Order: sequence, then structure tokens, then C-alpha cells
Amino acid sequence: MAKGRKSKAKTAARVRRPLPAPRPRTTRGPAVTLDQGSCERFLLHEARLLDEARFDDWLALFTPEGWYWVPSEPDQNNPHDTVSLIYDDRRLLETRVRRLASPRIYSQEPRSRTSRIVGNVSIEDSGSDACTVRSKFVMIEYRRESQRLFAGTAFHRLVSADGGIRIASKRVDLVNCDAPLDGIVVPF
Amino acid sequence: MTDIEDELSRLIAPGRVHRRLYTDPAIFDMEMQRIFDAAWIYVGHESQIRNPGDYFATQMGRKPVVLVRDNDGTVRVIHNQCAHRGALVVATDKGNAPEFTCCYHGWTYHLDGRLKAVPLNHGYPQGFDPKDPKLAMVQAPRVKSYRGFVFASGKSDGPSLEEWLGHMTTSLDDMIDRAPEGEIEAAGGVFKHAYDGNWKVYFENLCDAAHPLFTHRSSIEAAQQQSDDVHSDGTGEIAIRQMRQNGAPYSFWESQVGIWTYPNGHSYLGDYHDDSKLVAALKDPVFRDYIAALEKNKGKAETKRILEVRRWNSNIYPNVSLMSQFQQLRVVHPIAVNRTVVHTYSFRLKGAPEQMFRNTISFANIVNGTGSLVLTDDLEIYNRLDMGMSSEGAEWLQIGRGYRSDVPDTHGGRRGKNSTSEVYIRNMLDAWLGLMTDRQAAPARAAS
Repeated sequence: MAKGRKSKAKTAARVRRPLPAPRPRTTRGPAVTLDQGSCERFLLHEARLLDEARFDDWLALFTPEGWYWVPSEPDQNNPHDTVSLIYDDRRLLETRVRRLASPRIYSQEPRSRTSRIVGNVSIEDSGSDACTVRSKFVMIEYRRESQRLFAGTAFHRLVSADGGIRIASKRVDLVNCDAPLDGIVVPF
Repeated sequence: MTDIEDELSRLIAPGRVHRRLYTDPAIFDMEMQRIFDAAWIYVGHESQIRNPGDYFATQMGRKPVVLVRDNDGTVRVIHNQCAHRGALVVATDKGNAPEFTCCYHGWTYHLDGRLKAVPLNHGYPQGFDPKDPKLAMVQAPRVKSYRGFVFASGKSDGPSLEEWLGHMTTSLDDMIDRAPEGEIEAAGGVFKHAYDGNWKVYFENLCDAAHPLFTHRSSIEAAQQQSDDVHSDGTGEIAIRQMRQNGAPYSFWESQVGIWTYPNGHSYLGDYHDDSKLVAALKDPVFRDYIAALEKNKGKAETKRILEVRRWNSNIYPNVSLMSQFQQLRVVHPIAVNRTVVHTYSFRLKGAPEQMFRNTISFANIVNGTGSLVLTDDLEIYNRLDMGMSSEGAEWLQIGRGYRSDVPDTHGGRRGKNSTSEVYIRNMLDAWLGLMTDRQAAPARAAS
């Protein structure tokens, strides 16, 4: 108990961890064209950030109102009337990413290692500064002497902003979303 | 008492329990027979089978059963096995059917499980009678609904459901009373979260008031540090508030929260919430319409009474736990001595504003979600309990916190002096021993 008190006091004293700096609204360069090539490169970059556990950098890919969603049912209509394996608005996504960096995240002791393949990328609908990209992924998660295999379809709503590409929303449909699953900690 | 019963009795002592209870496959097999085939087991909610022919496939212990509404409206629980060669008959989770047909040779059953038709039935020996009750999808010996919550027992005798539930009916009542129209329905999907550990450790964590501050510190701290200025559509706000609540200091748990236990292994933890967005009694604007609807249908006094019932987890031994205040229900499915799956459901309060149900979904995601920032650390604990107990370390596990300060309470109950007493674990283990040794009035060993 004494130990818990002490650590709580330490927590209270700890300086609030700075949030990722909001992206300036001003354009830093020419707007990126959202085409097959740029979208594909972006998805591979995102997968690499996740595999390398650079979650702060991953969070920075999202717009200030971006959201991240892993439904619990195939063809789930929305994240509001049915439970979701993960449904994070921007505020909760920040908390999730901050927790991932915590040395006290026991469900990541030891840490997972992941390896993902992203493919079958297609642009589903596109406008001049936004598009929806559909892709397939396979992800191996290794942790504590065992491997798990995840696969599914991702839908990214991408926008051209700040001279780069940002994620306005990301939906991940796991093929086994309604199966009994052990805890999910590392984002897809 | 048989030798084995005598041996089991020696695994539970005042304030401690032998780790074999959680690791021995032989004990697990006995539990499946003596607890899950005998006690009242929660099967499902009537709103899942609203109309005749509606069915819901689930398990009692490890046995596949079907919860189904018969043509005359009767709720049945039938074993999901064809009487012919033994195949599983109902292969989808839920649906509606006029009858059940086995896909192997076409044996067909009425909704109550009676055999209806057998193709090529002239080929069987004399005396083959399709009306023989044994040639059926056999019904559970006892099925009883308490206000929509359906329980079944594999034993034809024993205490009635109401006797078994005892004072815990008040938690089921609270679940329903909170609906302005007096009716609830299972809605919003299901989580199925799994872990490599024994089923009992799940129950033993649900009223554990001493663990959140430690186990959940990563999410507590991340939530405490979260800026409230960042965009939220409401979901994140509820999740973060819940995580911050988990950070209540030990002094709060020891002074303001209580733990109550009752015969047959049941218990509930008093509420520890003081967050106005989460607790209807605290009259946040979100709840204004809700409280008005309650008062309109039930009157001011009854509304006040309902909102003052503030319970966190109510555990109904051996397989269901509910959070009546937050419309959550968890069903524990033992798979093996070291594997458990828990199904969790949300409920919609009929007559409450739709936004409240959406808040319920947000709450479910953070409290019961497979990808929750909170629950994943609990699952890690269950895994570690199994790994740790496989060692040759301390044989006896300590469940003695509060042992000397627990006090008798009304309704045959016993409560902790405060919420961090492990009285609810001792109480469950006494019920466990009673069921395992088939003694209605097992002398309390762990609790007193």
C-alpha cells in the first residue's frame, strides 16, 4: 500500500506530458496529389511507423478530429449503436497512444513485435483533396513466446493537408472481428 | 464424505486457498459436472428470443445448448445435439427457425426439442419410437426466467431459482427498474474476450477494489494527463472519465465503498463513482430527460429510490456478473482449466433517451472491450496468475484481507468492513466447496 501511495504522489507531481504539437493550418508546401502512388506510399509509411512502435508519429498522421475504428461485427453500421473492439475519437486515441508509451503498461510487458504486409490498395472514391482508400493487411503479432495472425480490410479516409497526407478516419475490419479474442493492445 | 470430497475440503482453509483449485485439470472436470451441470446457470435474456422460433446458441459450462422460444411462447433450453449420431444441430449463433434439422441425415426437431420427423424411419428395429423422449434434443431439466433473465439447471431437484438468487434478485431488479418503461433489451452487440487462465480468477477480480490503482495505472495516468480540450464526439470523454475514476486513492476505497456477500457465492461491490457524466443520480444535463421520463412513469419517490441504488459489479455465482447501473452483463464460459472466454452484453433501457444507450456503448468499450485500455491489463493479470501458479512457489494463496473485520449483514449476508476486504472471494470458495461436495449447508471454511 505504501508503495502505491508513493507512486501516486509521483504521478501527481509529474509534469503533464506535452501533446503532439497541433499542425499549423498554413500549408508548408504544395498540396500533395492524392493518387494511387501517393496513397500507397502513405499506407506503407503508416505500417512502418506501427511496426516500429513509433506511436506518437502514427498519432501525428491523424487530423485534429480524426478517429480510429475496429468494429466488433462484420458490416457494422456505425460505432455508436454497437460495441467496437476499438473506437477512439481523437481524444481517446491520444490517451491510447500515451498509455502505449507507459513503462507500466503491463499488457505490453514484454512488448509485442509486429510485422505487417499491406496490399491490394485501391482508391474507392476521390475528390480533389480527400479520398477513401481500401487496402488489405496481414499482421503477425509476436509476444511472450506466441504469435497471433490478424488479417483484414482497412478503409482510410485521407485528406491532403499541411503539404502532406493526413488520416481523417481509419476503419479496420478484421476477418475474425466477432471471434473470441485475447486482448488487443497494439493498433492495426 | 468420499475421499475426493475430503481432499477438496482440505484445499480451502481460513483466509487461504490452495493453488490447485486453479490449475488441476481433474478439479476443472469435476467443476463442470458438479457446478456447471448442477447449479443455476445464466443462459441468456428473453429479449434475445423475442418471437416464437427465435433462438440463441450458447453453452452451459462446455455443453452447447440452444435458448429458444417455443411456438406457444415458452422459453426452452435444449441440448444442441442430434439424438441420432450426435451431431451439433444448430450451427449459427442466433436466428429464427420453424424447426431444427440436423444436417447429417435430416432428423428434424420441434422447437421444444421433441423429435418431429425421421427420414427412412422404416429402417429401424422394432421398438424404435420417434416419440421416445430420449430421442430428442433433450431439454435442460429446469429452466426458469427471473423477469427476463433466463437460467437453467442440469439438476431436476435442488433450490428454486429464487432461493438460489436470494438477495441478488435486487441487482437484477435494479437492471430493469432503471428503464422508464420497465423493460430492457439486450442490444449493441457482444464482446468475447479470452484469456489463458482459470474461470474463477475472473470472478475473483470483479469486486477487487484493491487492484485498479496498481493494475490500471498505465491507463489512469494516461487519462489524468489527457487534455480535455482535444476533440471528442463523447466517446473518448466517457472512457477517460472512467479511467480517471479507477485512479481513486486507496483511502477512498477504504472509506466510501463497501462489499457485500450473500449465500451461494454471490456478492456486489458498492459504487465508487462520483462522476456526474456517468452516474444518473448526480443529475448531469445528459440525464435530465431520463430522470423526467422515470418520474413520469414511476413517480418521484420511486425514481429517487432507483437512482440511489448504486452498485458496481454484482456477481451471481457461478457464471454471470452485471453492472446494473451501467447496463452491462458478463457471462463467463470456462473452456479448459487454463482457458476462459467471457461474453459481455449491453442493455437498452426502454423509454430512456437514445443518447443514454450510446453512452452505454462507449462505457462498454472501455470497461469490457477486447481492445480497451483498461480491460487488457486485467486479461494480462489472468494470464500471469495461470503462469505464476504453474510454478513451485507458494502453495497457498492468500485471500485473508479483511478476514478479522468482516461483519454479518442482513439477508444472510456478510460484508467487509470496507471494500478492500477479500470476503467475496472467501464467500465464493465456500459456495464452491458446497457445490463440489454436494452439501447444501457446507460449513463455511474460508469465510469464517
